[in-house]
Amino acid sequence: MGTIYFDNNATTKVAEQVLEEMKPLFCELYGNPSSMHTFGGQIGRKIRRAREQVAGLLGCEPSEIVFTSGGTESDNTAIKGALAAQPQKRTVITTRVEHPAVLTVCRDLESHGYTVVELSVDKEGRLDLMELEDQIDDDTALVTIMYANNETGVVFPIDEIARLVADRRAILHTDAVQVVGKMPLNLSESNVDLLSLSGHKLHGPKGVGVLYVRKGTRLSPFMLGGHQEAGRRAGTENVPGIVGTGKACELAAEHLEADNNKVKYLRDKLENAILERCPDCRLNGDPENRLPNTTNISFEYIEGEAILLMLDKYGICASSGSACTSGSLEPSHVLRAMGVPFTAAHGSIRFSLSRYNTEEEVDYTIEKLPPIIHQLRELSPFVVK
Amino acid sequence: MWEYTDSVRDHFFNPRNVGEVEDPDGVGEVGSLACGDALKLTFKLDENGKIKDAKFKTFGCASAIATSSVLTEMIKGLSLEEAINVTNKDIADYLGGLPEQKMHCSVMGREALEAAIENYKGGGKKKHELEGKIVCTCFGVTDKEIERVVRENDLTTVEEVTNYCKAGGGCGGCQAEIEKIIQKTQGDKVKETPVSAPRRGGKLTNIQKMQLIQQTINEQIRPALRAHGGNIELIDIEGNKVIVAFRGMCAQCKLAEFTMKDVVEAKLKEYVSEELFVEEDTDSADQPHNHRG
Repeated sequence: MGTIYFDNNATTKVAEQVLEEMKPLFCELYGNPSSMHTFGGQIGRKIRRAREQVAGLLGCEPSEIVFTSGGTESDNTAIKGALAAQPQKRTVITTRVEHPAVLTVCRDLESHGYTVVELSVDKEGRLDLMELEDQIDDDTALVTIMYANNETGVVFPIDEIARLVADRRAILHTDAVQVVGKMPLNLSESNVDLLSLSGHKLHGPKGVGVLYVRKGTRLSPFMLGGHQEAGRRAGTENVPGIVGTGKACELAAEHLEADNNKVKYLRDKLENAILERCPDCRLNGDPENRLPNTTNISFEYIEGEAILLMLDKYGICASSGSACTSGSLEPSHVLRAMGVPFTAAHGSIRFSLSRYNTEEEVDYTIEKLPPIIHQLRELSPFVVK
Repeated sequence: MWEYTDSVRDHFFNPRNVGEVEDPDGVGEVGSLACGDALKLTFKLDENGKIKDAKFKTFGCASAIATSSVLTEMIKGLSLEEAINVTNKDIADYLGGLPEQKMHCSVMGREALEAAIENYKGGGKKKHELEGKIVCTCFGVTDKEIERVVRENDLTTVEEVTNYCKAGGGCGGCQAEIEKIIQKTQGDKVKETPVSAPRRGGKLTNIQKMQLIQQTINEQIRPALRAHGGNIELIDIEGNKVIVAFRGMCAQCKLAEFTMKDVVEAKLKEYVSEELFVEEDTDSADQPHNHRG
């Protein structure tokens, strides 16, 4: 069996149809949409179409879509842009389990005089909305909370959070890179002000992101320069990337339900079999409110990197929350925030699936994993027979 | 992805001498679950006092397992006098090298070997005695241990020391002390590293002093507490009294007193003024993880 790719929360395969749409834009239609000539100007129509495709998936107006260079730029723009537009307010609320593209930005704000409140999560990785309600006040400029967690797949109740934040006249940003394409969204019905997504997480190309900016949201541009994206993001457009992202969004919208049913079936099969066949392992994260493609399982008394390397020998690609470098005592800031004990946190493995995975791949993994766990446990001084 | 040598991969995928020697002469246990790796080494001597058999059990990453495996191979047939001279560098070299950030695995191997030999000589004394004074409280590393990895591996920066024995990799509070140990051990070899910290000037105005205190807290103190899941907030400054509050994990941490006296006050004295002293504002001590009063 070839490569079995179960690391789709890290990045995904570009869909063939997406690549086909992008191809002519490199050597044939390479013009600059800002040019006055027809050759360049016609590219503008391609971008307009991509904007419509993205808006279609998000359930919003095309004018509310801003293309960026990726999820990280979208997050940075949302946070810094929202704060710059309301300089009198000095508090930001976020969570302890955000992606570094949000958490690092927020922590940096502290050294610029901002007060940053990090909400905690419970053992299942859930937020306490009462805590959020207690923390928002007149000084709160921005609330930035991820839609779903990249490590555990736990989904936060963003619509409810958005209502709460809107009532208090603060801006809500959500990092939705793990959600778009995996759950149906309708932003026109929601109070979300800013939402980040990334093309390469939904079978689009790397290097393109989107920031949804709800009409009327005050936001100072992050990248300054030309007048592209209606003055909201300067820089010549990444035309192939934008067109590819548009196509990826169109495909996601078409196949969302069917794909998710299949992916969820495969994920559940994999998860149940592992939990059943491997002793001393536990599921991390709220099983009720979870992305259909993600499972995060801790294998006690053994270490994640060793498991990954053993899986790698069979061509199975997964990921581990633990970064076993000398410098990081932390197994994973997400699992630690959830209070997962050290015995389990060091040995956590994330499998994240996509529509390209097959039942055969799942079966193969179910066959190969238990002996690996057994073999590593044989080595562990903490397992007493 | 780590770049492991074929030898590391071989010892990881096909570990030699797994388990525990029956009725061992020496047992060495180092590391812990919390630290992310641990090794139990057991050996048996033959009638000539040479190591006849050695086995290991390891919790840890691929390189931790590979270094343990290769260690058992290396020491078989050695007398204890020969075995005690095995350095972490010897272990790493035997594997064709380890990634820099994984060198601590080789140090763990050497430590387990020492512990096992000590255990034998001490007539079955259970615990590996730490020599010297604890410098890194997060990982329990002593000054003697740091001196040794610096000397044996010719280290010149704090980052290298962290890679080799983890010291300084937790909260970061001991990094200044590690630097002093490097300087003492290596003398002139230490490269001049530019310090981005605020410089203490002559007489400060009140405003300058307040700004410098805030800057020192932001740049020198907060990152260290952050690593522990905690935080610090400057509440007020009254003359030379600096009132701070600890947040997050620090608020209930038993080490809070220690952290405050040893880290915050020392840093403020170093970077701002010798006359400063620190008090904790207990009134505003709040819910955990709530960073404001």
